[in-house]
Amino acid sequence: MIRAFGYNEFLFLLSAVQWTLLLSAIAFIGGGIVGLFVALGRTSDVKPLRWLATGYIQVFQGTPLLMQLFLVFFGATVMGIDMSPWVAAALGLTLNTSAFLGEIWRGCIQSVPRGQWEAASALGLRYPGLMRYVILPQAVKVAVPPTVGYLVQVIKGTSLAAIIGFVELTRAGQIVNNATFQPFLVFGIVAAIYFALCWPLSLLSQRLEARYAAPTR
Amino acid sequence: MAVMSEPMSADVVIRMEGVQKWYDHFQVLKDIDLEVHRGERIVICGPSGSGKSTLIRCINQLERHQKGRITVNGVELGPHHRQLDTVRREVGMVFQSFNLFPHLTVLENCMLAPLKVRGVTKDEAKATAIRYLERVRIPEQADKYPGQLSGGQQQRVAIARSLCMNPKVMLFDEPTSALDPEMVKEVLDTMIGLAEDGMTMLCVTHEMGFAKSVAHRVIFMDRGEIVEQNTPEEFFTAPKSERTRSFLGQILAH
Ligand SMILES: Nc1ncnc2c1ncn2[C@@H]1O[C@H](COP(=O)(O)OP(=O)(O)OP(=O)(O)O)[C@@H](O)[C@H]1O
Ligand SMILES: [Mg+2]
Repeated sequence: MIRAFGYNEFLFLLSAVQWTLLLSAIAFIGGGIVGLFVALGRTSDVKPLRWLATGYIQVFQGTPLLMQLFLVFFGATVMGIDMSPWVAAALGLTLNTSAFLGEIWRGCIQSVPRGQWEAASALGLRYPGLMRYVILPQAVKVAVPPTVGYLVQVIKGTSLAAIIGFVELTRAGQIVNNATFQPFLVFGIVAAIYFALCWPLSLLSQRLEARYAAPTR
Repeated sequence: MAVMSEPMSADVVIRMEGVQKWYDHFQVLKDIDLEVHRGERIVICGPSGSGKSTLIRCINQLERHQKGRITVNGVELGPHHRQLDTVRREVGMVFQSFNLFPHLTVLENCMLAPLKVRGVTKDEAKATAIRYLERVRIPEQADKYPGQLSGGQQQRVAIARSLCMNPKVMLFDEPTSALDPEMVKEVLDTMIGLAEDGMTMLCVTHEMGFAKSVAHRVIFMDRGEIVEQNTPEEFFTAPKSERTRSFLGQILAH
């Protein structure tokens, strides 16, 4: 039974946006927390930590996100864990985001001049204090624009969760299309909604970058 | 000059014995023996790449030495954090490039280490910071950011920041080399003030006027070795080694 695309279908798509946003938020926050440790590992003086962080980043950057979601989802099933698409998507996206944010932030940490580490060490600050009060505050300034920019990738990445059956915006689009058979219209609207979410963030990222690139004071 | 006539106590603050350091196969420090007494002021000079920075950076272990012993204030620098912390608390360092923390105000720059390393109260840290900012004659800049100050002012803040930790020894690595000529004097005057108060100082510098008026001892380094050390009078008027003579010839020619 074929329905026409109408107001109800549009509302259904819109209400799916909340799941896209929620999944993005979880991936971004979880990925940010794990990513901070990945970045610290990558810039550590301790060789094994550095190797571990490097390996982690290479695995997640070197394989498709979709495969990572598959591996988490089906891997859990193989290991006898009953994992809902929800949890699998959140976990997979968190891991993936942490690798990318970790690598972005590594660059930001390393952009802080060596002299800052030396001055702080010479004053007697140990690693935690040195990082917290001297290095990270300076790295954060550099990190804000690319991090906001990467949020766009996270939002778009959540669309892959559709394939393991999690109903977010893309999956909602598929469901509506199966009922209406108007793929161009439906996916056009879905794409427009993604654009409406991502475009402001891209603009913001560019603005921030211009602001931080401008000579301060 | 008045600075020279102060008594110099006999106890040793820094002792380096047979210190050696390599970068891969390149030996930067060859068998360095050095004793610095309390209240003593030493100027280290020598050609570029001779190991001057490396030597003083070994004292607070910004660089690790591979052989020999370094003792600071009776604490021998070993592989443990504990000794490193003790030593770094006692030893202040001023860099050629100032290295102020750009995201903190001048006052915050001076308060950070006392608060986080010494654990003093905020009021105490602030009082100390203001006292030393007055001493380097820039209390009025306390709420500015480093980027808003001139080079000479930044370097004076860097000196004040170190002093806030109440160090027993101050290390200076070419503190005036990055400055415009008109700002050199204000920084040297600050250092002379420190000398007058009896601070133990090791200064890598090519400011020979400063060396003559302030140093008890001038050390000449070349290729990782201490080639010659003497009082400034002897050092400048009767250098013993050929290498020293040719070096002095070069810098005094400018
Ligand atoms: N991290 C490093 N890795 C390899 N070689 C280094 C490193 N740091 C310094 N060196 C080398 O060690 C030697 C001594 O360097 P150092 O900075 O102590 O010299 P310096 O006397 O302070 O010179 P300058 O007057 O130019 O500051 C130089 O030849 C330098 O190239
Ligand atoms: Mg040097």
